[in-house]
Amino acid sequence: MADISINFAGITSPNPYWLASAPPTNTGYQVQRAFEAGWGGAVWKTLGEPVLNVTSRFGAHHFNGQRVAGFNNIELISDRPIEDNLKEIYDTKKRFPDRAIIASLMVEPKREKWHEIVKRVQNVGVDGFELNLGCPHGMSERGMGAAVGQHPDLVEKTTLYAKEAAEVPVITKLTPNITDITATAKAAERGGADAISMINTINSLIGVDLDTWNTIPNVNGMGAHGGYCGPAVKPIALNMVGECARQPDINIPISGIGGVSTWQDAVEFILMGAGGVQICTAAMHHGFSIIDDLNEGLNNYLDDKGISSLNEIIGVSVKKYTDWSNLDLNHKIVARINNDICINCNKCHIACEDTSHQCIDILTDEKGNDYLQVREDDCVGCNLCSIVCPVDGAIDMVELIPTEPPLSWNKRQSALQTLNSKN
Amino acid sequence: MGNLLQNLLSAEDLAKNFDESKPSYNAQEALDEANRCLYCYDAPCIKACPTGIDIPGFIKKIASGNLKGSAKNIMEANPIGASCARVCPTEELCEGACVLNNSTKPIMIGDLQRFATDWSIKNEQVLFNAGEKNGKSVAIVGSGPAGLSAARELARLGYQVTIFERKEEAGGLDTHGIVPFRLPKDISLWEVEQVEQLGVEIRTNTEIGKDMIADELIDNYNTVILAAGMSTVPMLGIEGEDLGGIYDAIELVEKTKNKNYPKEFAGKHVVVIGAGNTAIDGATTSVRLGADNVQILYRRTETEMTAYEFEYEFAKQDGVEFRWLTAPKRLISDHGGHLKQIECVRMELKEMGNGERPRPVEVKGSEFLIDVHILVKAIGQTRHMHIIEAFDLEHNGGVVKVDPETYVTSNPKVYAAGDVIFGKGIGEAMVVSAAQQGKETAYAIHQQLKDSCTESA
Repeated sequence: MADISINFAGITSPNPYWLASAPPTNTGYQVQRAFEAGWGGAVWKTLGEPVLNVTSRFGAHHFNGQRVAGFNNIELISDRPIEDNLKEIYDTKKRFPDRAIIASLMVEPKREKWHEIVKRVQNVGVDGFELNLGCPHGMSERGMGAAVGQHPDLVEKTTLYAKEAAEVPVITKLTPNITDITATAKAAERGGADAISMINTINSLIGVDLDTWNTIPNVNGMGAHGGYCGPAVKPIALNMVGECARQPDINIPISGIGGVSTWQDAVEFILMGAGGVQICTAAMHHGFSIIDDLNEGLNNYLDDKGISSLNEIIGVSVKKYTDWSNLDLNHKIVARINNDICINCNKCHIACEDTSHQCIDILTDEKGNDYLQVREDDCVGCNLCSIVCPVDGAIDMVELIPTEPPLSWNKRQSALQTLNSKN
Repeated sequence: MGNLLQNLLSAEDLAKNFDESKPSYNAQEALDEANRCLYCYDAPCIKACPTGIDIPGFIKKIASGNLKGSAKNIMEANPIGASCARVCPTEELCEGACVLNNSTKPIMIGDLQRFATDWSIKNEQVLFNAGEKNGKSVAIVGSGPAGLSAARELARLGYQVTIFERKEEAGGLDTHGIVPFRLPKDISLWEVEQVEQLGVEIRTNTEIGKDMIADELIDNYNTVILAAGMSTVPMLGIEGEDLGGIYDAIELVEKTKNKNYPKEFAGKHVVVIGAGNTAIDGATTSVRLGADNVQILYRRTETEMTAYEFEYEFAKQDGVEFRWLTAPKRLISDHGGHLKQIECVRMELKEMGNGERPRPVEVKGSEFLIDVHILVKAIGQTRHMHIIEAFDLEHNGGVVKVDPETYVTSNPKVYAAGDVIFGKGIGEAMVVSAAQQGKETAYAIHQQLKDSCTESA
């Protein structure tokens, strides 16, 4: 059994899975149920000035019969009295001392407000704070959440205010609703953050009802944008984690959030630089028991790879993530169809024919049976055929022996420049 | 025992026995199954469908919630697509060709087709409109799959179509000849109604050679299509065939289609002669009529039986027993002139060499008796010889000769499609093939007549 415990910016937990600050961590009852199921930590639903919520709060994007490809909410921060939350945090920590409890906080970007709430929550005993500078709906209209998180200077200041009062690690949670997330990540680090977490939810409208023409969800016939999360946002979140992780001037741990549904997703975030992950939608879709497979799958993966500790793989893929202009222009892969596995649905053919590079032919063998073949000279190695192929193993993307040494755009340009300057 | 059962089986129970046996998909099942379809390009299921339905297209439309478009896709290619959804041997056609046979399990195309067409039936959709009248007229003899399909296509092309139907209700085999627990009559009648909505006139209770003569049609219409199907089951040609308790399988099915359930089957022993799909129908109908024991007698073996695999399975699940290599020799009467016993003889298959299939021959001295109350004959169907002769068409033992491309007969004004051209090793007996032949006949007629069509009537 590999060691899957983590020490994230000084916060320890028996496994890398924390429940994200969201509806699943609204009460002590829920968090204790999660800990009973085996979750490593929980970021408590955001505390601040208690709010009023509306009914009809969630929406989901279903695709081709698959429920919850993406998920959206217009729920605000905790609408329960702060005293109740604090008591339940205290009780939960007492019952589960080995699990991480992080309090998510959100107040106006004023020094005294942050000092006040940090001190008040710190008194009941939390392992760390997460600053909610990312909530994209409702709170942002009141100058909090994403309204703060979209301004690097406010991110820096707010982080600083919290740090001034905090005796436990402070994690600044970033919004993806910004052009370059590394700007706010750097600002958080300048403000003294012990870590950053990303991503908060993405501005979204799930849909419009074709009969009533109301938005989905709607509140008494009216809608407002919500925050999008769930499996569909994973690639966006993974990129943002990777972009931050590969910045030479960002040197604090990253908690990965966004569409993590399986242990494979978690491993990907960790390989790309996350020191742990937070999960919400998958738990909301299936309940807390998913932690069983999350833990076991991760353990088996590490055992199979002969890796004794999860820490060994944190960030190992970061060095493989770069700018496009550093990619090798002379690298060549082509598609090859394994006709013994192929079921002849012809999806690769029509995808290539209609929308890519017209290099998959439907041919007929001597027995009169159709088969598919790639004209490798015309194949640009785009992967589309292997993406649309419904059968595992029917199409391989094969690496060809390079005929030229590796050459990136950057190298090519500098070589040309050298050549030009000589002339 | 017999009488007791007969009394116990209420009319309601009997009727319930003949309800459609397979439940239809609910919306969720349909959606799940539709989403499983890969939407193949140049899909093999389309090629395997005799009517060439755009199967991935209609399935995609179920998945998107476009049920009307889905039903239209189906019915466009196959005017009796609701019936075919139920009676097609899909394992041997579309589903048999599904690429998912090679990886998981095939899409249940028949069930999805039924879901889409049922939606159309329930929602009373109008899917097609008649074409602008072109001034030409076509008479069609027979309102079964081939006749209806030809009529639908001709009406859309602007022809004035009149169908002549011997029976009281239109629809042919689908209405009268396929067991109601597989194909309820309402479904077939809906398809008839769809064709009538295009302005096609169907003259029921009109028999050629009795109520009309063939020459009247040839003289009064630009073209005639003979799509009269087949007739009753032939005689077995053995002693005692006029006894009480002897049924023709086709007529028995027709009775149950009309909710006329013969009472005398309850608690009785029934023997069915033959091993085609009609024999299976006779046997499973007997089971539903309350028969205590049903046996199918066939002079050849399981390997030679012509019933579809799924029909054979269906009968076995109904508890039908099969006696291979057994032929009836003589029917024996009780005192009241009712069937009491069958004298049977065992058969063996003799290789004929020269490529012919093995022939069953009697095993001398192997005669034995079976106690039986009812015999159902299902050894094939006779031909409507008098109609074929009334039109003076060339035929081969009742199989009308046609040009395989155009379906035109020896009389250039008469075309033929469906079961009247099936047999003697030519063609297909499937309902879906008859539908396709009807379509192709319509197009061939249009090819021939279109140049002389007026712009409007």
